[in-house]
Amino acid sequence: MAFVDYYQALGITKSATDKDIKAAYRKMARKFHPDVNPDNKDAQKKFQEINEANEVLSDPEKRKKYDQYGKDWKHADQFQGARQSQQRQQQQSWGQQDFGGGGFGGDFGGEDYSDFFSSMFGRGKQRQANFKGQDFNAELRLNLRDVYTSQKQTLTVNGKNLRLTIPAGIENGQTIKIKGHGGPGTNGGPAGDLLIKFAIANDPEFKRVGSDLYKTVEVDLLTAVLGNEITIDTLNGKVKLKVNPETQNGAKVKLKGKGFPVYKKETQFGDLYITYLVKIPTGLTDKQKELFKQIFETDI
Amino acid sequence: MARKTLISTDEFCVHHHIEFSFIRNLCEFGLLETVKIDQTEFIKEHQLEKLERMLRLHNELDINLEGIDTIDNLLQKQQDLQKEVISLKNRLRLYEDFD
Repeated sequence: MAFVDYYQALGITKSATDKDIKAAYRKMARKFHPDVNPDNKDAQKKFQEINEANEVLSDPEKRKKYDQYGKDWKHADQFQGARQSQQRQQQQSWGQQDFGGGGFGGDFGGEDYSDFFSSMFGRGKQRQANFKGQDFNAELRLNLRDVYTSQKQTLTVNGKNLRLTIPAGIENGQTIKIKGHGGPGTNGGPAGDLLIKFAIANDPEFKRVGSDLYKTVEVDLLTAVLGNEITIDTLNGKVKLKVNPETQNGAKVKLKGKGFPVYKKETQFGDLYITYLVKIPTGLTDKQKELFKQIFETDI
Repeated sequence: MARKTLISTDEFCVHHHIEFSFIRNLCEFGLLETVKIDQTEFIKEHQLEKLERMLRLHNELDINLEGIDTIDNLLQKQQDLQKEVISLKNRLRLYEDFD
């Protein structure tokens, strides 16, 4: 995307006065400023666009140039004269594209300024104010068991290796911010941040709510009726569990401290809730059925 | 050891080309807390990000302290709500099959 309609970006007409431009810019800046729109990429892009528009339209000389060549930007090379040949090549390649009638909408692809802006005014003198760079967003997919303990991972961000310690107990949907690993700042402004969102898949055995875990355990009828000791798997090994006599189907027990580690408090753990699922025997023989009948005839 | 996590207000003001009165006003408004050690005032490291955000809102958007306070509260509310949404979504997964 090479061209930005700066008037449209600021929501003003070509006849706008300096005062109108200033007012429109202030209004738009308050709406789209990255500090009031955290984690909003669209707002960030829009903010860059309106800054660029303000930079050009608030400078009478630049505005004149823009007004003169703006729409017919394909001829920009004529006023550029014999500038760098590389720039000319770019302009020629853009010239081959058809932008007629359909406007100039498109993707800036994370660039600070449109190429059009650079081709007209150069990149070195864009504005005096410095701005924080763009925040980068990434998603990291992990399994529940991966985040049971803290682990170190090396990510490659923009060609640079980044060592990252993922704290145990991180939640699905949680975002961590790595300061200064986003896009470079403008005019000496600070670099943006890298925002990593964690997508943690459910586990077939355990379900998690906060730092508590939930698991369903099947028990046979005899164990449910008379009680027994069973062994169950937890995330940190097997534990023996005493099933009380006359345990009902759906009964729950809490294993304190056998849940998930609390985020950034690795020595603290949530609880593990076990729900018993009593298995009713199937395929009983006539004799077994008769014995059951006898039991129930005893008024239980 | 503790001093490592403190940033001198003088250094901050020089770096950002601002007057100390801005920091003092924020403190008076209850938006910032400074620590005084040997006649020098320091900002706690964890408040730096918030302070820089407030400075940007003030410089770039001409927002006064009342406005900054309001934005700060609303952003905090937004963040709390986002956390609640994540927590509720995760709770909902209890009733869903695993991925």
